[in-house]
Amino acid sequence: MTDLLSIHNLVKRYKQLTAVDGISFSVAKGQCFGLLGPNGAGKTTTIEMMEGISKPTSGEVRLFGEPASRKAFERVGIQFQNTALQDYLTVAETLKLFAAFYTKTIDRDELVELCSLGEFLNRDARKLSGGQRQRLLLALALINDPDLVFLDEPTTGLDPQSRRNFWELVQAIKRRGKTIVLTTHYMDEAETLCDDIAIMDQGRIVERGSPAQLLDRHFEGVMVHLPASAVDGKTLPFDMLINRERVEIQTTAVDATVRQLADAQVSLTGLQVKSPNLDDLFLKLTGHALRA
Amino acid sequence: MMSRLLAVFNARNKEFWRDRSSLAWNFAFPFLLVFGFYFIFGQGMPMFKVGVISEHDAYISRPAFMQLSHIQFVPYEELDQALNRARRHQIDLVLDLDRQLYWVNEESRNGYVAERLLVNADPEFNRRVVQGEPIRYVDWVLPGIIGMNIMFSSLFGVGYAIVRYRKNGVLKRLKATPLSAFEFVSAQILSRLLTVMLVASIIYFGSHWALSTLMLGSAFSLLVTLFIGALALISLGLAVASRSRSEELTGGLMNMATWPMMGLSQVWFSLEGAPPMVQSLANALPLTHLVSAAREITTEGASLMQVSDHLLILVGMTALFLGVAALLFNWDSDHR
Repeated sequence: MTDLLSIHNLVKRYKQLTAVDGISFSVAKGQCFGLLGPNGAGKTTTIEMMEGISKPTSGEVRLFGEPASRKAFERVGIQFQNTALQDYLTVAETLKLFAAFYTKTIDRDELVELCSLGEFLNRDARKLSGGQRQRLLLALALINDPDLVFLDEPTTGLDPQSRRNFWELVQAIKRRGKTIVLTTHYMDEAETLCDDIAIMDQGRIVERGSPAQLLDRHFEGVMVHLPASAVDGKTLPFDMLINRERVEIQTTAVDATVRQLADAQVSLTGLQVKSPNLDDLFLKLTGHALRA
Repeated sequence: MMSRLLAVFNARNKEFWRDRSSLAWNFAFPFLLVFGFYFIFGQGMPMFKVGVISEHDAYISRPAFMQLSHIQFVPYEELDQALNRARRHQIDLVLDLDRQLYWVNEESRNGYVAERLLVNADPEFNRRVVQGEPIRYVDWVLPGIIGMNIMFSSLFGVGYAIVRYRKNGVLKRLKATPLSAFEFVSAQILSRLLTVMLVASIIYFGSHWALSTLMLGSAFSLLVTLFIGALALISLGLAVASRSRSEELTGGLMNMATWPMMGLSQVWFSLEGAPPMVQSLANALPLTHLVSAAREITTEGASLMQVSDHLLILVGMTALFLGVAALLFNWDSDHR
């Protein structure tokens, strides 16, 4: 597969703070690449360097096989984490404004349908709900029919329904063959949308692979969770990860583990069995939760 | 209730004291105003203004009349210039010291009293008469009000908007498109020029129609002057807003730019006879040249050629401000 985007030894420093500390990766054509990490991990700084919004302290960004250039950015669509739009413009007027900036644009009716903007096309952009606003921002990112789309935490602050609607839009974009770079701190979002994931913490990439690969690499079997009070002072014959008020036991044989717990007089009230997810992986890799 | 009130009171005080730029401005601004006005009007307003013509700089044959208090003597190099002022009641008498002549406008009340004082002190001066309707204050002040309106609209309309766009991320979003800084800034200038010219035209021609305000020059000359003046003031707004991310600081800088112009650019009152340093300072302000040129066109019938010195200065200032704005312009916002 061709790499649409690649970065090499990217570093960004703000005075004393190193926000991004020498990271490298590449994104293949047609993929949805997820950059995961808690707030302050360096995701937005990384994505802004890739978008050409901020200059790296050192390192290189290559777009479409060439060093990033103004011409290359014409083929890129961007949805920022925080964006205000010009006041007093309707959704239709905002689309028209942004369409004027590009030589090549997507058909407006097609875009309106793709992002489901029809019902509020003539509404003042300031009066949109959170979900409607994100759909408009996505439409602006797609207005130049880009080959590569950056989505920076696109569903932060949305209600579950709006998030799921937004995921459907992103999947529709994927089906059109677009390459997507997505930052998020929602593991379910990454698991649903991303083909490839890099987990960032403190400016570095701590793990890389598809969601299934990552989970296979770090977990065997399932997780058994118990309230910490249930195992208080008891010696048990397996490794346990104690996190706040919860004890986590990784096992490939749930029946045997449950029997051993019962034999050790551990109360099974509050016991939960679940498959490991990216949140568990992040906890394991960095020692703090993904949404911290 | 009291504890809640006190908690908010304390929080607001901390906010105020910790916002250094606005704190400094809150203290500095009133002082600047007080010192400024003391400097300009420290000696009090004179009761009469008399134009003086003399070949000799030191007024060798100084008459007794010139020893009187509460009269301001304004030197003129050209007799015609002084007589025009007297015709328009802007000065009360004109004295030619070398030829011992004086001119009075018989329709001027102040001229009548000043003449009595002169004749009493120096009966050897011979009388000449000029005639002319006074320029009503509304005629005189109208170009000032239009200029002031252009100034506020240009500086705040462009400057504040850009800082707000930068702060809330609109500029950052635009930076992510092929739109260049030059295109963005040009669009801002053109949009504001259109608004400012429309409003200024409505005010001027509306007043002319409703109040029969004076228009001795051509409407075209006036529009060209307002256009060039607005361009200079919009450019100043751009220069002030080129980098700042704080609306408070920009507000302070805008006030710092607008208040001296309000006081010194002869919007409300003439600086004729003010100390030379004040006049030099006034000449460094774009509004002074805009208002002076517009006023010369409307109240004296000046042509574009006759106000070209003001216009050239405004063009020069525009180039300077635009250069500064282009050099310093920054898209980035606080959002990361």
